[in-house]
Amino acid sequence: MSTHQPGAAKGGKWRAPALFGALAVLFILEGTVSNAMFSGHWDNALGILRVGLISAILALGINIQWGYAGLFNAGVVGFLALGGLAPVLVAMPPTEGAFEAGGWSILFAFAVAIVTLVIAVALHQKMTGKARGWVVAAVLVLGFFSYRALFDPAVEAIQAINPAATGYLGGLSLPTLISWPVGMVLAAGAAWIVGKTALGLRSDYLSIATLGIGEIIVAILKNEEWLARGVLNVNGIPRPWPVPYETDLQQDPAFMERMANLGTDPMVGSTVLVKLLYVALFVGVLAMLMWAAQLALNSPWGRMMRAIRDNEVAASAMGKNVTGRHLQIFILGCSVLGLAGAMMISLDGQMTPSSYNPLRYTFLIWVMVIVGGSGNNWGAVLGGLLIWFVWIKAGEWGPLMMDLLATGLGDGAVKEHLLDAAPHMRLVIMGVILLLVLRFSPRGLLPER
Amino acid sequence: MDLLNAFIAVLNYVIVPATAYGAQLALGALGVTLIYGILRFSNFAHGDTMAFGTGLTILVTWGLQAMGISFGPLPTALLALPFGIALTALFVLGTDRVVYRYYRKVRAAPVYITMVSVGVMFVMNGLTRVLIGVDEIRFADGERFLISAREFKTITGLAEPLAIRSTQAITLVTAGLVVWALFWFLAKTRTGKSMRAYSDNEDLALLSGIDPNKVVMVTWIIAAALATIAGTLYGLDKSFKAFNYFQLLLPIFAAAIVGGLGNPLGAIAGGFVIAYSEVAVTYAWKKVAMYLVPGWEPEGLLQLLSTEYKFAVSFAILIIVLLFKPTGLFKGKSV
Repeated sequence: MSTHQPGAAKGGKWRAPALFGALAVLFILEGTVSNAMFSGHWDNALGILRVGLISAILALGINIQWGYAGLFNAGVVGFLALGGLAPVLVAMPPTEGAFEAGGWSILFAFAVAIVTLVIAVALHQKMTGKARGWVVAAVLVLGFFSYRALFDPAVEAIQAINPAATGYLGGLSLPTLISWPVGMVLAAGAAWIVGKTALGLRSDYLSIATLGIGEIIVAILKNEEWLARGVLNVNGIPRPWPVPYETDLQQDPAFMERMANLGTDPMVGSTVLVKLLYVALFVGVLAMLMWAAQLALNSPWGRMMRAIRDNEVAASAMGKNVTGRHLQIFILGCSVLGLAGAMMISLDGQMTPSSYNPLRYTFLIWVMVIVGGSGNNWGAVLGGLLIWFVWIKAGEWGPLMMDLLATGLGDGAVKEHLLDAAPHMRLVIMGVILLLVLRFSPRGLLPER
Repeated sequence: MDLLNAFIAVLNYVIVPATAYGAQLALGALGVTLIYGILRFSNFAHGDTMAFGTGLTILVTWGLQAMGISFGPLPTALLALPFGIALTALFVLGTDRVVYRYYRKVRAAPVYITMVSVGVMFVMNGLTRVLIGVDEIRFADGERFLISAREFKTITGLAEPLAIRSTQAITLVTAGLVVWALFWFLAKTRTGKSMRAYSDNEDLALLSGIDPNKVVMVTWIIAAALATIAGTLYGLDKSFKAFNYFQLLLPIFAAAIVGGLGNPLGAIAGGFVIAYSEVAVTYAWKKVAMYLVPGWEPEGLLQLLSTEYKFAVSFAILIIVLLFKPTGLFKGKSV
């Protein structure tokens, strides 16, 4: 992306395996060595790896948009959160009587809203003259009030059903795995709306529009209690196949016998086994995505995308529909973000909308992509795993370092303030890493070939 | 009488707060639009520059208060403001020297510099948290009200109160002075003229001997001053919380785009358009409707959107402008 392009990266074809090997060593150290830097528990190492794999998928989604097409999506958190809605809607049991009380009215209200918008758009295109604005506005106002008249009582009726435990529509009681493609579809739908309006204009309009949609999706999840209980959170979302629950494992005689044969504590054994299964599941998804992304990147389609990215004017002179291709790739990338969001909520087992922080879920992902190497899928995966590891560990190392620095100060307000502030240092560290990579190694750890 | 009461209610709950908020947004949007016009990128770090500047101003305010210095009926923070501006400007000039200057030299693409500003955003966000923490801070002191609700009721004998907080009045007066000074500077001084020339046509400006380094430096200083003033006024009026300032980025960008990116007059208009729509759409109109239509008691609150969705309003306006008038209400730049 930069005009500053240094020569080929050192190491040639061994560069990627070497860097991934170094990353593996980091995780092995975390699992085996216990000192100030590493915890020495496999439980911790696998825990970091699980979320690291989701981060890698997020980074892959962003890389599709930025690396292939140069689109700056500043609303990752929104698409991620929307994907996270899917496990709630798909895997949770339906709330008794909620659909009869208000579910149909809400669907009908949405239908009214959509019909209103369609009519307004059609009128806007068909009519001419001075009356057009007033007629379109009248249709919109009328549509809005009929929507609210249907929507508000329905919401009240749903939220009145056992508000302490449910008070929302609930889901379809389907297997959690089904929610993952559903998350992709939800995110892709939102991406279509944003892309349709903001693409084809100036490049930074997309970043600002995505920043907005990110905020709004999170606000909707926080406030629409009928949908996913808002800030009351949805708990107990079933785990995806084939991951069992630790307590079930501990009551399974066959498992207990195997643990006894291995000489492992069944408590530790069950948590490690569960984490391993998650890791295997996520690696499987990541492998499929990587396979598809690599195929796409090396296909004529991928070459066309890079041609558009490097010179839009030339590409459109060759007859390529730049805005259309951009819309396509924006939707594709966002659907990957939605998949990661659904995976994350299936992993957490709960939906907590207040935890969607843009710094953590939008801009940290960007650091991963830039550090890993924009335009290179393997780079995005490497960046996702590495930066997630550093982010988690920096949260632990920061206070330790501050403690070390503050020992000379003696007890007092200043020392206390520094120790309180230490966890925030990792934001500064991430910013500095991002700036250093952008400046001195703009092509990242694994540059695009 | 009912008509008057309805008018006072609108004034009290919509016009007065929205005007103060609009002035704060306008100052923020002016900073964004200046940087866009002259440095040619969307500065994602602007919200955090506001937070950083306000944090410094609060620290100086506490220092002044500890020394027993106060500003009479006005908030002490106004005395601290020049120090906050100076420190923020120094920091921002430092980031330009260390970070942005290189990308100007290699003429990097605007979207790439925007990415760089995300890095600066991280650093400033972290520093603000280290400096002053993440908690909500109220730092307004001095006289609380210009007109208090009770005074107004006893003087006029109306049922509806009208309260004007002194911070709202201070916001308007300060914003007015700052905008006047800025436009005078841009229109009348040599440096201001060269800034406008540089914004219009960089190559022509360089050809006629304008020193680009000076233009860039002055732009950063003005942007830092605008950000610190806007942030401090917002903090005085509401409260200071670092994360809220990050979230202000959206309405500020929306204001700048609605007005036309790169156009200072547009930024001011955009700020007020966003602020009035935001407050009007999230205000519960029930009381006003009851005054206007005697004998009618509406069932709901007559609130178009709940206040949690105020950002949706700026977003909707942004989308409408992008669809129908992508260069903004006033003609903006198209880079």
